[in-house]
Parts: sequence; C-alpha cells; structure tokens
Amino acid sequence: MKETVPKENLLEYSSRYLRKVFTGFSSLIQGMDITIKYFLNPKTVITQQYPENRDTLKMFERFRGPLSMPHDENNENACTACGICEKACPNGSISVLSTKDLSGRKVLGKYVYRISQCAFCGLCVEACPFGAIAMTRDFELTVYDRNELTWVLNKPQNTSDTTQGEC
Amino acid sequence: MSAETLYPLQNGIGNMVRSLFPETAFIINPALGLISVVILVSILAAFLILLERKVVAHFQVRLGPMRVGYHGILQPLADGIKLLFKEILKPKGADSFTFFLAPMLPLTATFLIMVIMPFDHHLQLVDPAGGVLYVLGISGLTVLGILLGGWSSNNKLSLLGAMRSGAQMISFEISLALIMLLIVMLSGTASLRGIVLSQQGLIFDWWIFKLPFLGILSFIMYLVASTAELNRTPFDLAEAESELTAGYHTEYSGMGFAMFFFAEFVNMFISAGLATTFFLGGFHPPLIGISAVDGLLNIIPGFLWFFGKTFFIVFVYMWFRWTFPRVRIDQLMSLEWKMMLPANLLLLILGAVFMVLGWA
Repeated sequence: MKETVPKENLLEYSSRYLRKVFTGFSSLIQGMDITIKYFLNPKTVITQQYPENRDTLKMFERFRGPLSMPHDENNENACTACGICEKACPNGSISVLSTKDLSGRKVLGKYVYRISQCAFCGLCVEACPFGAIAMTRDFELTVYDRNELTWVLNKPQNTSDTTQGEC
Repeated sequence: MSAETLYPLQNGIGNMVRSLFPETAFIINPALGLISVVILVSILAAFLILLERKVVAHFQVRLGPMRVGYHGILQPLADGIKLLFKEILKPKGADSFTFFLAPMLPLTATFLIMVIMPFDHHLQLVDPAGGVLYVLGISGLTVLGILLGGWSSNNKLSLLGAMRSGAQMISFEISLALIMLLIVMLSGTASLRGIVLSQQGLIFDWWIFKLPFLGILSFIMYLVASTAELNRTPFDLAEAESELTAGYHTEYSGMGFAMFFFAEFVNMFISAGLATTFFLGGFHPPLIGISAVDGLLNIIPGFLWFFGKTFFIVFVYMWFRWTFPRVRIDQLMSLEWKMMLPANLLLLILGAVFMVLGWA
C-alpha cells in the first residue's frame, strides 16, 4: 500500500497558524526596533552637508581619489621608472617617460597621469613594488579645460635638465 | 448622557451666523465648514509630505530636505510650485474625460470623509447616524479613481497596476469593515461621534484596552488592513516605486499627479483618524484615575488630543513603510483571505460572546 501524507487535524493546523503569526510578528518587531533606534539617535545620520562643512570635511580612509607621487624633504621620489604601473593600468592613463642620467642609468623623466582616463581602480598603487605612488583623498576635481586634466606627477629635480623623454 | 447636553454639536461661529443671518444661515454655515475642510486638507497634505520625508530620512540614516528654509520647512511649497508649473500631458489614445476625472475622485473622497471626522465635541461638520457606513461607502470612491486612472491611461502597465491595486483595496476593505463592525456592535452606535462618546471615562474605557486581548488584537489588525487599504509599503504592490514606475499614476503629470499624491497622504491621516476614533478614544484625554493628573490632562483641548493620537498612528504607518520589505501578491492575498478574514470573524464571534456575558 502506498503511504500518504497524514492529513493534519484542526489542532495541528491552528497551532501552525498561531506559530506562523507569532514568528512573523517577532521578526517584524525586530526590524522595527532597529529602525526606531536610527530614528531616535540623530547622531547616526551619515549624510554630509557638503558645501557648508567643506572646511571640516574629512574624507574616508579608503576613499580613492587621484593618483599622487609622495616626495620626501629632499624633493626625491621612490620611482625607478620601471613601468609596472603603466602596464597595470587598464585604461592607459599612466605614461612613464624614462630618461638616462649622467652615468647612463635609467631614471624617471616625466610621470604623466591623465586623470580624465582614470577609473580610480587603484591597480597601479597595488602593482608598484617601491610604494612610489599613492591615491589621495581629494575629490574636488572640476576644471574648465580638458588639458588641465593631464598631470605630471614627479616634481622636477634640481640637477641638470635631463628631462627629455623618449617615448 | 450628559455629554450630548454639555457639548451640543454646535459652535460659536455657527451660532453667531445663525443670529446675524437667520434667513441664509443654512447656506452660510455649510459653506464656511466646507472652506475650512478645504484649508485643513491642503495644510495637512503639505505638512504630511514634509513629515514623511523628514521621518523617512532619519529612519534611513539620512537628513532629508535641508535647503529650502530651516531644515527644509518650505520644501512642500517648492514642490507645489513645481507641480503647478509642470506641463499636463495626456497619452495618445487616452480617454480625455475619464483621464482628467480619475484624479479628482480620490481627492473628493478625502474631502467627503473629512467632513464627518470628529475632531472635538464642537469640531465636526455633520454627524450622520450611519457614519461608519458612510466612511466605507466613500472609501470605495478611491478604488474607482484608481481603476479609472489606470484604465483611461491607455497603458497596459498602468492598467495592471490599477487592477492589482483595486483587487488589494477591495479585499482588505472586507477586513476593515469587519473590524469596524466589531466596534459598532460593542458601542451600539454607527455614528462616529457616538463611538467616541461610548469610550468616555478612563483610559481603560477605550476600546483598545476595554476588551481583554480582543481590543489590542483588532487594533493591530486594523493597522495592517488600513496599511494595505492605503497602498503603502509593505503592501504597495500597485506602486512599487523601487521596481515598477508608479503603477496607476504613471501617465499623470503636474496637477493630476499632485491630486493622486495629496489624496494618498490625506487618506493616511484619515485612516489614522478613524483608528483614533474607533480604538483610542478620539478626542478624550487619557485619564488614569488620579484626580491631580486628570485635571491637567483635561485642560488640554480635545482636538489636540485627537491630532496627537492621529499623528502618532501616522508615525507608526511611516515606521511600517520604511522598515518592512514588500510582500508578493500571492502572500498579500493569502494574508487577507486565509489569515485576516477568519481571524476577524472569530474576533467578531468572541466580541458577541463578551457582550452577551456582559464583560464589555
């Protein structure tokens, strides 16, 4: 004989009904508890009143703004012009134009960064083996001319002008 | 009862008009009443829209409108001006007459229900003996407006939204009517003022507390059913702002949309006001039986109590709306037909038993 699923009687049905109602209500009350806590604590508001708090606004640690090349007090950077960042960039927004110094070593001539093409993915910073580049937390990037969006990140050295790049 | 003789359904302005113009007072008084209702509805709509935006923002860890006036106080004014200057578009092939008639019906319904709201002893325009029936009948006009709006838009998605909305509102109207019937049965009168007067006395004489468990249960069910009736989240399948584009009022712009929008918000107030009338003692202060406290509570005029309770329930509606996720249409229908309706009938029977036993 084939076994059939036993039909639930009235008691079972009503207990299931009541349990459904009670679990439903308890979960709803949990949710309402969370939202009322947000409502009653105005400090939890995370909206920034941007133009007003411009002076005190602190950008978050993980915010990825435009690329920069940190320079130490001797105006020297850690870049060796190896070009790994250029290869890592998916958009081609970095061009490392290297040159040779007096002793024939390959050194950085111009570090060209086109912010108009940058996707702020941060792959260049991850790829750099020397920690020569970093992402800033600057976000006001509006300019009037497109040409202003191509930056040279390394500051010119005080030594002889060997900045003639070879493309 | 002494309340009827102490506070007759008249007021100073009405009596003054009657004494000054005894011939035409029967025209002037209703006209004054209707004008005051129009003003009340427009102020309430603006206020509720602002309230919703601010309350919602804080539920969602935001700030809401902050630019127009102090903390965005003038925002509804700016919205109103924007809607006034918007072009009124009509889709190709839409039925002009019904298309422009549809937004007026829900707004008319809100005006008509506002007329019998018992704000205070003196603040009620008319008090028909069958007030509850009147409320149920008029709220059907809202469904009609929504269905007409969806139908005349000549847009299949609008029509689908309107159909879903209509099905939902008609289903939940049954639950709402049964809960109202329970209160009518207990208080022995169908006039809204009579229902409020039947809850006179201490806070424990309100219908929500007077019946053991029954009152609070039916109050919760009223809240659920009226949320569905108002087409608000978690039952806003017809609009579903985040998924569909607005449902039945997709094709409306400018003032047509504004009318639907106003009606929606004022209906929320009306629904909360009815909950106050049925369960929370209307304009009665929450007396607790200690004469010193009760004296203080009695000083506050009744309409402030009414508005306070009503806005508390409005706040609860907003709390619901911005906490709960939306239900599916089959869940909605099974909630009404499989859970709420049997529970309502059971409550009705229990209420009758309580009445026969004399506990209520």
